[in-house]
Amino acid sequence: MIIKYTLQRLLMLIPVSLSISVVIFLVVHLLPGDPIDNLMRVGSSPEDRLAMTVKYGLDRTLVEQYLLWIRSILSGDFGEAIVLRRPVSDLIRQNLPYSLTLGALAFAFSSIVGMIAGTISAVAKNPVVEQVVKAFILLGSTVPSFWLALLMILLFSVTLGWFPVSGAKTWTALVLPVLTIGFGGIALVARVTRVALVEIARQDFVTLLHAKGLSRSTILFRHLLPHAFLPVVTILALRIGWILGGAVTVEFVFGRPGLGSLLIRALGQRDYPVVQGCLLMLALAVMLGTLIGDVAQAALDPRVREATT
Amino acid sequence: MNALAQSGVGRAFATPLGLFSGGYILVLLAVALTAPWITPFDVTIQDLANSNAAPGWPHLMGTDEFGRDVLSRVMYGARTSLSVSATAIGFSMIVGMALGAAAGYFGGLFERAVMTVVDLTWSFPDILIALMLVAIIGPGLSSTMFAIAVAYLAQFTRLTRAQIVQLKRETFIEATINLGATPAHILSRHLLPNAVAPVIVVGMLAIGDGIILEATLGFFGLGAQPPTPSWGAMMSSGTAQLFLAPWVIIFPGLVVAVTVIAINLFGDALIRALDIRERLRGT
Repeated sequence: MIIKYTLQRLLMLIPVSLSISVVIFLVVHLLPGDPIDNLMRVGSSPEDRLAMTVKYGLDRTLVEQYLLWIRSILSGDFGEAIVLRRPVSDLIRQNLPYSLTLGALAFAFSSIVGMIAGTISAVAKNPVVEQVVKAFILLGSTVPSFWLALLMILLFSVTLGWFPVSGAKTWTALVLPVLTIGFGGIALVARVTRVALVEIARQDFVTLLHAKGLSRSTILFRHLLPHAFLPVVTILALRIGWILGGAVTVEFVFGRPGLGSLLIRALGQRDYPVVQGCLLMLALAVMLGTLIGDVAQAALDPRVREATT
Repeated sequence: MNALAQSGVGRAFATPLGLFSGGYILVLLAVALTAPWITPFDVTIQDLANSNAAPGWPHLMGTDEFGRDVLSRVMYGARTSLSVSATAIGFSMIVGMALGAAAGYFGGLFERAVMTVVDLTWSFPDILIALMLVAIIGPGLSSTMFAIAVAYLAQFTRLTRAQIVQLKRETFIEATINLGATPAHILSRHLLPNAVAPVIVVGMLAIGDGIILEATLGFFGLGAQPPTPSWGAMMSSGTAQLFLAPWVIIFPGLVVAVTVIAINLFGDALIRALDIRERLRGT
């Protein structure tokens, strides 16, 4: 059942990724400016220019360029970066691990802390705890992440000197970026956990469990939290896109290598193949995240499975 | 509708949090409207003898690398940031309502086409959508507005469509259809007026998100161009002096955060006052 559902969802990804690839291809080719301009030395002749244009296939029609691009991508070749003059797949392979490490850590951090905070605020029934968590949730969704990153640098790197200001040479350089990206996520996960727990606790079967004399912690860990998992998993999977968005900003502020900083630099240099490659990777990650979320939801909740298969 | 909205706003102001947040928003609006006349210093004239001065008298928030008064620029920046976000969200709201209403009312292939595109952009982080668009049309305030409008379009389309689909099942709409009213009449006189309250509240909350997005684009140097003060652009030029004059970054960011918090609190108060939390579910 669940395997069939997963396969169905995977098949649906094919037309979606194709349309995304068309959009990304078009968007990138509408970028103003000519990458060849960046390559030309002063005094180079129009013939040199033409040779360069032909070399990168920029003289062909858009459709031809698109088909060539798709064919080479399917064989793992993302083309050559025009300004950096290296295979784009190399650049991506080099930068991806940094983004993945940062993303995975931020994801784990915000999920764990968020679920704990949400559970505490739902269970504590203490108005002070509740208000503190609520305020934290509000802060997490309203403070701009680049500003938070700058404040962290000021406090922890400059004033206290605990962590490096920028770069990715030591593991300590990961702490502040993970905290920055995780901060917004904690708030979101905490809010969803809290709402789910409060809602489930109101249901009849929970009253029954209390009446049977089960301890509060048994009810919480054996009955309430498993139910609360469902909305949390859904929101977490959707968060993968969010985390990627946050990573773009945070990588830029902390001067970390990664897909985000590669993308921003390539945007500035109009390096088509690099921009295309980065956007495609980010889009794939967002889609995979949504897929994982849907499959997890279907695995946890039979109603979702039956509605779609 | 007008009476309902008025009583909603009135009741929102009646709660302590609503009064604080609403009052702050009103003061900020007044500052934004009158900024050219009330800033204590000129926002563009440079005073290099006084550059990077720490907060104190007469520069309450200090000065930046060119000796310009940070407080004055924050006040003037409110004008830029609020108008950019509000214009963009207003535009996004109108287009999103039209698209969502049409999709929800007519259904069929049109609905599927619209919702496929909407769901696709919905799963993408706003900052990536905005970066892509600004990259195509070039940096500046108008492209920032366009990018914000497109980034939040999916939200308004989804919400309006959900409302219309639900309302269409109500008996009074069926009655209107049976009485022979035209689709245009039903949409404009019956469906949209009933769907508008949640969309407006979400729109107000989105203005907060738009302010953050504007600040982020401005921070990347893709928004307001110097010397126009905007909260994001101020922080962008402030990064070079982060260690020397941190106040150039701290104060604009603080105002962004406080403003977005106030908008969220007031939005919450409005949702409670209008009693529309149920209708905002699932969108």
